[in-house]
Amino acid sequence: MRTVAVIGASLAGLSASRSLREQGYDGRLVIVGAETHRPYDRPPLSKEFLTGKVAEAELALEADGEDLAAEWVLGACAVGLETGERSVRLADGRAVRADGVVIATGAAARTLPGGDGPAGVHVLRTLDDARGLRDDLARGGRLVVIGGGFVGAEVASTAAVMGLDVTFVVAGPTPLAGPLGPDMAAAVSVLHADHGVRLLCGTGVRGLVGKGASPAVLPSGLRGAEATEVSGGAAGRGRVGAVVLDDGRSIPADIVVVGIGAVACTDWLEGSGVALDNGVRCGADGTTSVPGVVAVGDCAAWYDAASATHRRVEHWTGANERPAAAVAALLSGGTAPPAPPRPPYFWSDQYGVRIQFVGNAARADSVTVEDGSPADRSFLAVYRRAGEPVAVLGVDRTKLFTRRRKQLATSVARGATA
Amino acid sequence: MMNPACRLAGIPRGESCRLETGPPVAVFRTEDGEVYAIDDTCTHQDASLPDGWLEGREVEYPLHASKFDLRTGAVDAPPARLPVRTHQVLLEDGTVYVALSDAPPNLPPCVAARLAGGVA
Ligand SMILES: Cc1cc2nc3c(=O)[nH]c(=O)nc-3n(C[C@H](O)[C@H](O)[C@H](O)COP(=O)(O)OP(=O)(O)OC[C@H]3O[C@@H](n4cnc5c(N)ncnc54)[C@H](O)[C@@H]3O)c2cc1C
Ligand code: FES
Repeated sequence: MRTVAVIGASLAGLSASRSLREQGYDGRLVIVGAETHRPYDRPPLSKEFLTGKVAEAELALEADGEDLAAEWVLGACAVGLETGERSVRLADGRAVRADGVVIATGAAARTLPGGDGPAGVHVLRTLDDARGLRDDLARGGRLVVIGGGFVGAEVASTAAVMGLDVTFVVAGPTPLAGPLGPDMAAAVSVLHADHGVRLLCGTGVRGLVGKGASPAVLPSGLRGAEATEVSGGAAGRGRVGAVVLDDGRSIPADIVVVGIGAVACTDWLEGSGVALDNGVRCGADGTTSVPGVVAVGDCAAWYDAASATHRRVEHWTGANERPAAAVAALLSGGTAPPAPPRPPYFWSDQYGVRIQFVGNAARADSVTVEDGSPADRSFLAVYRRAGEPVAVLGVDRTKLFTRRRKQLATSVARGATA
Repeated sequence: MMNPACRLAGIPRGESCRLETGPPVAVFRTEDGEVYAIDDTCTHQDASLPDGWLEGREVEYPLHASKFDLRTGAVDAPPARLPVRTHQVLLEDGTVYVALSDAPPNLPPCVAARLAGGVA
């Protein structure tokens, strides 16, 4: 293999590039990234970056003086993959010929249908998004957060701690109901009320209203977490004034954050022959349907033996850890036996509380609090399926959580919970 | 100066103890019985390394998975980018002594700011 192209210059792409060098690949390495920035860390963007505690320079993922001997092609978007001759087409007409391709294009924030919306409406995925939101939050005012995922919950928390007046609108029964399961999600969601955030659950959003003169509701067509087709949406560039809920209530807003999930960036692979299905469909080691092409990070749906499905896991640790296995598969032509990946893990910081989760809550048939208590906002809960642990949640229980995480990883490696 | 830290018997293999120095220091005993001392706080964010995952001579930080080599303090992967400070350890008569390093610590910005503010 003489040339490897890594498409996507963020966490998963950087980790794959490092793995290539660590695993002895000494050929040409081309790293293509749509953003103009060197790889940076996203988790602080919904947390300390917004408060100003973490500055831009501290977001860098590369170590000082780190040199991967790579050709960086930044500010360049891949628009197509020719699998026959393995060449990646870029938006500016250039092409990168490569023997191996690592797809690491991640995901993009879902936006409200009908355009950008009025000023003051934000999504949060990139550094540029975060800069805009940070500047808006610094002015203070009333913030409405739409959507019950991690990014929404963290922005609500960060802004509340900064002193803004925050309303958090969630379509489901409670924020984080998907990843944590409804019971534990409810136990965690009391943190919002503890800190004076108004949590409105079980309601979709009908649209946004501009400030002052424009009384018309701009339909967002947003029901639940599902953004649907919308007519009009000519939002103009006035400033947002309110969010109108499905039940007709109008919530005044100076700033709106739309946190309704992220979509895998795989458009550029349409028609290439790489199998797609809510992300790039991969084996248990990141190999795709096309030899010489692997996929890693948020854009990749790896086969998960425990649940016998392809799962797109959108967490930092997987994007950092799993590329090593994908690179091993790429360099060995798929003959290296895949090591079972560690169970998916994520953390979230809300209101100074550390939330950690490992495993897959959807597989559980029971969940028990085994240490501490939700009333104290500090506890450990174990999720089981037929008596076997399949997931663990820790809320401000770092040490104990680490132990349980290790046990879960060990039992998965032994195949005990497969 | 050698500070008596704790009894060796007080740290089971694979465990650690924390010295309330300023900044705090963590003493680790590996599964093989070796003892190392490093700064307690991860260089990335405010959290205690002994809460992490000890594997061989490496401790994986409990939140974001950076790993530190107990012998050198070197970090293997992001998000941490700076090594953690190491301290010299001496074992005598079943007691662990630690000589605190006089190198500047690599504390995460939030902790450094708090210490500078005098609220240790
Ligand atoms: C605000 C925020 C907070 C988060 N907090 C946490 C947290 O607390 N804990 C946790 O576990 N996880 C968290 N995450 C998730 C974590 O950041 C992601 O899982 C991780 O960034 C995934 O890395 P990735 O490299 O796969 O994708 P991305 O980080 O999305 O990077 C993909 C890169 O590819 C580029 N790209 C896309 N399409 C193309 C193309 N066609 N051509 C070239 N380049 C392209 C993009 O511009 C982007 O730079 C958070 C995410 C966000 C957005
Ligand atoms: S706090 Fe140590 S790796 Fe993040």
